[in-house]
Amino acid sequence: MQEQDLAPPVALPMLSPEARRRQLKEKLIAGVITAVAFTGIAALVLILVFVAKEALTLVTDAAAREEASFSKMFLPQLVRKAKPLAYVWQPVSGVPKVSMIPLFIGTLKTTAVSMLVAVPLGIFGALFAAEFAPRRLREVLKPTIEMLAGIPSVVLGFFALMVLATFLQDTFGFTSRLNAVVAGLGLALAIVPVIFTVTEDALTAVPRSYREASLALGATQWETAWKVVLPAAAPGILAACVLGFGRAIGETMIVLMASGNAAITSANLGDSVRSLSATIAAEMGEVVVGSPHYALLFFIGVELFLFTFVLNMLASVWTKKVIQRLKGGAG
Amino acid sequence: MKHATRRVVGLSLVSLTGVAAFVIVAMLALVLLDVVKGGASHLSWEFLTQAPSNGMMGGGIFPALFGTAALTLLMTVAVMPVGVLTAVYLHEYAPPDGKLARLVRVAVANLAGVPSIVFGLFGLGFFILFVGKGLDRALGYEQLHWAQPGILWAALTLAVLTLPVVIVSTEEALRAVPLDHRTASLALGATQSQTLARVVLPGALPGILTGAVLAISRGAGEVAPILFTGAAYFLPDLPTSLNSQFMHLGYHTYVLATQSPDVEATRPLLYATVMVLLLLTFTLNLVAVLIRTRTRRKAASGH
Repeated sequence: MQEQDLAPPVALPMLSPEARRRQLKEKLIAGVITAVAFTGIAALVLILVFVAKEALTLVTDAAAREEASFSKMFLPQLVRKAKPLAYVWQPVSGVPKVSMIPLFIGTLKTTAVSMLVAVPLGIFGALFAAEFAPRRLREVLKPTIEMLAGIPSVVLGFFALMVLATFLQDTFGFTSRLNAVVAGLGLALAIVPVIFTVTEDALTAVPRSYREASLALGATQWETAWKVVLPAAAPGILAACVLGFGRAIGETMIVLMASGNAAITSANLGDSVRSLSATIAAEMGEVVVGSPHYALLFFIGVELFLFTFVLNMLASVWTKKVIQRLKGGAG
Repeated sequence: MKHATRRVVGLSLVSLTGVAAFVIVAMLALVLLDVVKGGASHLSWEFLTQAPSNGMMGGGIFPALFGTAALTLLMTVAVMPVGVLTAVYLHEYAPPDGKLARLVRVAVANLAGVPSIVFGLFGLGFFILFVGKGLDRALGYEQLHWAQPGILWAALTLAVLTLPVVIVSTEEALRAVPLDHRTASLALGATQSQTLARVVLPGALPGILTGAVLAISRGAGEVAPILFTGAAYFLPDLPTSLNSQFMHLGYHTYVLATQSPDVEATRPLLYATVMVLLLLTFTLNLVAVLIRTRTRRKAASGH
């Protein structure tokens, strides 16, 4: 419904006072509704502004600039005399060490494990639901997997901590019970539904005519699904993976509970890790408001916000691309 | 490709995708089974109605249940008007492909992807340290009154987090109201706002309710945003005012799972708490699904 669809306003002098009052009232209501619609934009801006504001101490305050300079955050530092330079996150020790590199590595490790599991599962599962499953089965399958998306992340964290950790340690003999693999598998439970749902949407958006044309040319059902439908939906599937990736990077409770929370710089997936998000959750409770450490935690928040913002923009561009391509192709 | 190989490749691809779908469902079943197996025996009326006791190694979860309910109620009151009106703007008032509408959509889509812990930081930075401090100063409180974690700030933080859920489902509900209804109403001389209030919104009501239920189910399970905006480790009393802290099922789960002095003793309590939390969110999701399918069926048969 748009305003230009309505009849153009009658010439003003002809309006009775009552009609004019009514017109004014309509304008007022439209104005209020439009004003409320700014809330979403305002919220997004306020989030960035107020998270960044608390991180600003790192730039404005001389002591904070000294304790948590960018070189200390991102370059290797001298940790102990006669030892090689290293990346260490120990913000509350006598001499605070604030390297973000272990946190980046931790986040990447858990995210990588979760993507390795969730991407194939989600895409293949969606392919099955959209192309091969009988209608009845699909009608059960979709809501069931959406239920998985409805499980609170603290429950998945609990499951990873209590069940997965023990099972994986018994099976693979990890030295640390809580590690990147446990947290990554827990994360996978959280992002599989995201990847599944978005992929399934992209696949079902592919017009029937594509499939019919392919089948008419003698291709089998799987050839049609694999060589026609899947490539046609490719940008949408990429968007699904990017969204899942963003979710995995920002997810907090699962990693907080199941990763072991040790900021170790190693490539071994069996080591405990500490992620960016879990660091905020774990340390914000005991930090002195306004201290360099406090500002650092907000700075991590800004990083997470910006990472996920960029990923979301990419995903929305790709989703749009698939819709445009299919519309153009079908028309 | 030979006919036989073609068939083998096809069959293996189909079964591979089938296995993937099966694995996803099996994971869900595994989580549910484990929780029910561990929690069912400890779930009782006493568990639901008593406070934790004995250093949280005994007793029930009543304060956490109450806190979760109060929190989500406040959140719903805050998020629904804003979410519904935003959707009304996008679908009923904004010119199609208008710049503002597009901007709102992009903002909402991005809001949905902001990590929940960042919402927690936002709640702390904006609601507590900015709004709360400002209120304390304006009202002349000597001690911290509003500038501290409390249920109102946690609820508002969650309201911002669930805003996209409400907007998206309300817009879907508005889309389902046939255009004829609007034109009929306008043709009878009703104004746009009268049409909105008496035709469009009542028609979209089931979909809007679905949105509310989905928002509640999402909000009830989020823990990261309330970590520093109001959730308490343990409170002997229920929250009495908007600035009191509160206990929460999700946070209680986190505390029991990670900070218990005796894991073996707390395990049954932990499982039962998780079971309650899951029952709550699943029931809500199920209600949303039911309302949605019912209205869809009605819409399909009615028009």
